[in-house]
Amino acid sequence: MKKILITPKIDRCIGCHSCSLACARLVHKRISWDTAGIRIHSSGGLTTGFTANHCLACDPAPCAEACPTDAFSQRKGGGVIVKKTLCINCGDCVAACPVDAIFQDLSGEVFVCIHCGRCVEFCPHNCLEMKEVENILQEEAVS
Amino acid sequence: MIRDHFRVFVVNLSEGKGKVAKLDGRNSEVGGSGLAALLFNKYGHPEKPWDDPQQPLIFAVGPLTGYFPLMSKTVCSFKSPYHDQYTESHAGGRSALSLCFSNLDALVVVGRSDRLCCLNISSRSMEIKKIDFMQGMDVLESGKLLRNMFKGSGHRSILRIGPAGENGAAMSCINADTYRHFGRLGGGAAMGVKNLKGIIIQGDAIFPEPEGKEYSKVFAEVYNHITATDMMKKYHNLGTPTNLQALNEIKSLPWRNLQATSDSAISAINGERFAKETLLRNSACSGCPVGCIHVGCVREQFMADHRYTFKQVAYDYEPIFSLGTMLGVIEPRGVLNILDVMEKTGLDAMSGGVALAWATEATEQGLISEKETGVSLSFGDAEAYQQATDLLGTASNDFYRLLGQGTLKAAAQYGGSEFACVLGQEMAGYATGEAFFVAQSLGFRHSHLDCGAYAYDQKHAEQNVDGVIDFLFKDEAERCLMTSMVACLFARGIYKNDLLAECLQSVGYPELAANIEPLGRHIQKLRWQTRIGTGFAPESVTIPKRFFKIKTWKGPIDPEYLNTLKIKYGQAIMQFGEEEK
Ligand code: SF4
Ligand code: SF4
Ligand code: SF4
Ligand code: SF4
Repeated sequence: MKKILITPKIDRCIGCHSCSLACARLVHKRISWDTAGIRIHSSGGLTTGFTANHCLACDPAPCAEACPTDAFSQRKGGGVIVKKTLCINCGDCVAACPVDAIFQDLSGEVFVCIHCGRCVEFCPHNCLEMKEVENILQEEAVS
Repeated sequence: MIRDHFRVFVVNLSEGKGKVAKLDGRNSEVGGSGLAALLFNKYGHPEKPWDDPQQPLIFAVGPLTGYFPLMSKTVCSFKSPYHDQYTESHAGGRSALSLCFSNLDALVVVGRSDRLCCLNISSRSMEIKKIDFMQGMDVLESGKLLRNMFKGSGHRSILRIGPAGENGAAMSCINADTYRHFGRLGGGAAMGVKNLKGIIIQGDAIFPEPEGKEYSKVFAEVYNHITATDMMKKYHNLGTPTNLQALNEIKSLPWRNLQATSDSAISAINGERFAKETLLRNSACSGCPVGCIHVGCVREQFMADHRYTFKQVAYDYEPIFSLGTMLGVIEPRGVLNILDVMEKTGLDAMSGGVALAWATEATEQGLISEKETGVSLSFGDAEAYQQATDLLGTASNDFYRLLGQGTLKAAAQYGGSEFACVLGQEMAGYATGEAFFVAQSLGFRHSHLDCGAYAYDQKHAEQNVDGVIDFLFKDEAERCLMTSMVACLFARGIYKNDLLAECLQSVGYPELAANIEPLGRHIQKLRWQTRIGTGFAPESVTIPKRFFKIKTWKGPIDPEYLNTLKIKYGQAIMQFGEEEK
């Protein structure tokens, strides 16, 4: 069963950036808190806690629909499959994503969550989880 | 490695220009404390006073910042308004990662702006903005405004000062991202004298991962150490306030201006009480999974009909000592309310609390009265202390203006120096004995974090002058290495020399890794030489009588031992500073 990254307990987040630093390091081979599938921001000043920008695993995915080269294509279970070699750095996906989940660096390269789950174990407050896709859809339907 | 040299941005506020400087010294001065001293020697003016516009205000990070967890601190160095000598102050928040990701090893600010301004830098921009309308604005309000005034990803640090820094108080701090502080020895005034209200550092650079497999291996090892063992439990759980109960039990917790070293009232104000009654949530410095920051909440009814507001105040052991036990305030709410005003005015909460404790005893003894203090001070009266804090932070009259320069300065005019709890600067919360009193009095930063003297006192009842001095030097050298990386000192149990060497090796600093032993001592020496060059003279530091009169778990302080230790440690420091490099 396909899994996706969810952040059900992000209200517990302490803003340590361990997750985004891990994603940048392990998935994207960078030292950065930007080039990551999950990025942490204070939700309007530190006294208001934190929010996470990350891919919500759309299906259909507007970013993939917008991509003119198939560098982003629909992933089963939501989100996208990324083929970097096809990417022309146009940034159309960035504009299409409704939740600002895709980061584009100065050279135009784009970074997005591929739902691999590697960041999860780095969160000290268990804010992050990998969920099997069907459960997610049901939960969202009720809430 | 990000680079084999130092990349430093030097901003001249008089000219409104910035310049990138490339400096050598990575393999000797490392970063952090070492780099800051190197930069003061290059840009500083030992013979000129602290408030000369040309004096630099320096922020430096280290070779492991951005690479490893708990490498989360920034070293700030400057000529201190407190004693007009070179000093350092450290803070975390988002400052370290932001500075690293702004593609710098250090930021140096020189000159003075003609009007109140703030500085906004990123890896590819710099802007100085005049912000006269923020004159006198409190720290929290300033933070909110600066956040909205400048666009940014949120991956940035906002350093700012309050009224205390603007009016030159030697106990003013620089607030880093609301919950952390470059607290002691007047960094706020060093910034304020430049007409610099805020510094926004945007961390928008991206670096490649170090080559080879070594880095991820070492990273995993470090991360497991931190999270899988209970090494950090203390900081994770109740946090540093857990020390309150422990120090009270061994008669080492200062109460009511150090008139006592333990009190049964501790159960009302210990770490558990704070956690139970006020703890709202935790927070972390960027790059630190421990999250030692404990944010407390105070609810306040400000109108009838259940109209409430609330404040969030981050607490630690130190402010609970300085604003709690030291002021006889034994209610968590009261402590957080006073701390909230300290935060807003931009005062260092430790120094401010100890100063008010002296003012209270001076009032009791009739040396000063409400004419000076504006409000009637008595131990335990939290509301009066809230008001007094505001009066102190805003330098509301001559008395408070002088007190803000240091308790001993006020005592010199009004009397009461014998009970001023000052050890080089206002004391930290450890009445543990002779080693600590001497270590803080003569320590490089006059900080309880210069070396573990408070821990030494707790383990050694015997008198041993040479043993203490030997310990102080060795421990300080180890900490110099940590503060050059720049690691959080809470992680000193994890980052032992071997592991540090592995870390340095894995990110491409083989020369640093191979020479780790002598580095700490080299930086220790460089710092002391820099300090001595700005006028450090151990004989001019006195230990007030109060410290000779207390009792710890070891029994009464031995005046002769304390004096001998102080003289010998002072001589040892001067000798160390004069030795060949
Ligand atoms: S990147 Fe954005 S648009 Fe694309 S699937 Fe994720 S959330 Fe949806
Ligand atoms: S930037 Fe790349 S992935 Fe994004 S839409 Fe353009 S080609 Fe597709
Ligand atoms: S699930 Fe994988 S790609 Fe997504 S944020 Fe976590 S580490 Fe990055
Ligand atoms: S690792 Fe967890 S606590 Fe830390 S920033 Fe990410 S979500 Fe927040």
